[in-house]
Amino acid sequence: MRILLFGIAKDIAGAPVITAEGITTVAALRAWLYTKYPSLERLRSLMIAVNKVYANDEDTLQPGDEIAVIPPVSGG
Amino acid sequence: MMQRYDRHLKLEGFGPAKQQLLNNAAVLIIGAGGLGVPVLQYLTAMGVGRIGIVEHDNISLTNLQRQVLYNTEEVGQPKLRTAVQRLQKLNPEVQFTAYDTWIMPDNALDIIQPYDVVVDCTDNFGTRYLVNDACVMLNKPFVYGAIHKYEGQVSVFNYKGGATYRCLFPEQPEPGTMLNCSDIGVLGILPGIIGSYQANETVKIITGIGEVLSNQLLTIDTLYNMHDTFQIKPVAGNHDIKALQETYDQPCDTGGVRSLSVHQLQDWLDTEKPLQLIDVREPDEWEICSIPQAMRIPMRMVGGVMAQLSKEIPVALLCHHGMRSLMIAQQLDAAGFPVVYNVEGGIHAWAAEIDVEMNMY
Repeated sequence: MRILLFGIAKDIAGAPVITAEGITTVAALRAWLYTKYPSLERLRSLMIAVNKVYANDEDTLQPGDEIAVIPPVSGG
Repeated sequence: MMQRYDRHLKLEGFGPAKQQLLNNAAVLIIGAGGLGVPVLQYLTAMGVGRIGIVEHDNISLTNLQRQVLYNTEEVGQPKLRTAVQRLQKLNPEVQFTAYDTWIMPDNALDIIQPYDVVVDCTDNFGTRYLVNDACVMLNKPFVYGAIHKYEGQVSVFNYKGGATYRCLFPEQPEPGTMLNCSDIGVLGILPGIIGSYQANETVKIITGIGEVLSNQLLTIDTLYNMHDTFQIKPVAGNHDIKALQETYDQPCDTGGVRSLSVHQLQDWLDTEKPLQLIDVREPDEWEICSIPQAMRIPMRMVGGVMAQLSKEIPVALLCHHGMRSLMIAQQLDAAGFPVVYNVEGGIHAWAAEIDVEMNMY
């Protein structure tokens, strides 16, 4: 599945889009992201949206879902 | 008098009734920087009746690539005074209220209370969480905008029971994760775009036209022209805020400011280490208690005397609890002072831990 990264998440991963396979829940996706990019976990708040809808950790993922990872942004 | 708004009056779906709603509205803009400038310019031009502005910073040369309300010759002047002067010329019918302070836990509720809508144009996490909590407590909708490099986020929070900032981002990021916040850089036009969206949402809230961006997060990527709208929803409990936190300090936003404990401060004073200790509280607070070695400069005056401070000697800032002094410490850090300390816990901690005879308040 395609994972679109926003804001500082894009900087941390070094790419605007990454892919992952075989992940079936948002919680598992979050754990996968935090293992691959430990800096993401230190943000404390990291919104994950599935098909443009805010997702909770217990939500399930289907192959082909479009994921967005949206970190907090402070600039003004 | 309404001729000024002729194009609104002719506009289908707007007209005199909606213009009157704008004229009757009171909007508070927190921050007159990158986001605040376009919000202020458009809401003033469009005829919002009463506009409050909270700002305590001075204009710096590095502001001018994006804060297009200010001129080169005004570098060093207070943003607040300059903004009100210029905006008043743009539309003399608008009534402005200027709050020459940073928004803090001890003033946020009083400042926000008189307004119908709040626009969050701040630039740090601590203040954003403070604005959220205060607006939730007072049941005020607030229009959120934030920018990062070439990207922006916009939403309307706490609108008619809708999602709040904490529903999107429950907790402030861990200290250090957003290091170099002020060094990341931003394309000059980006706050113009995001601030204009914030002004537009403000007008929609006031007049009821269209669909307010509530329970939605709009992200805009200006490099690739991507606009995405994400659906979000209120999270149970996030509207039940009963009191503000004592502090919303956000260490990642402190830049090069270092923390100084009252015990370290005592050591330094006892050993007469070279130090410019500045007490930024107000004169009536100095009357109650003070540290003799401290220079007394109220926070509103620091900008004016900054040039007289030495950059060769470390500066330590002191206030009541450490919040106001942190703001000033950040200003000095941004102004190029190489060694800036904030006395953690302020004179309250000094009275509690060092000088127990001292009067407390």
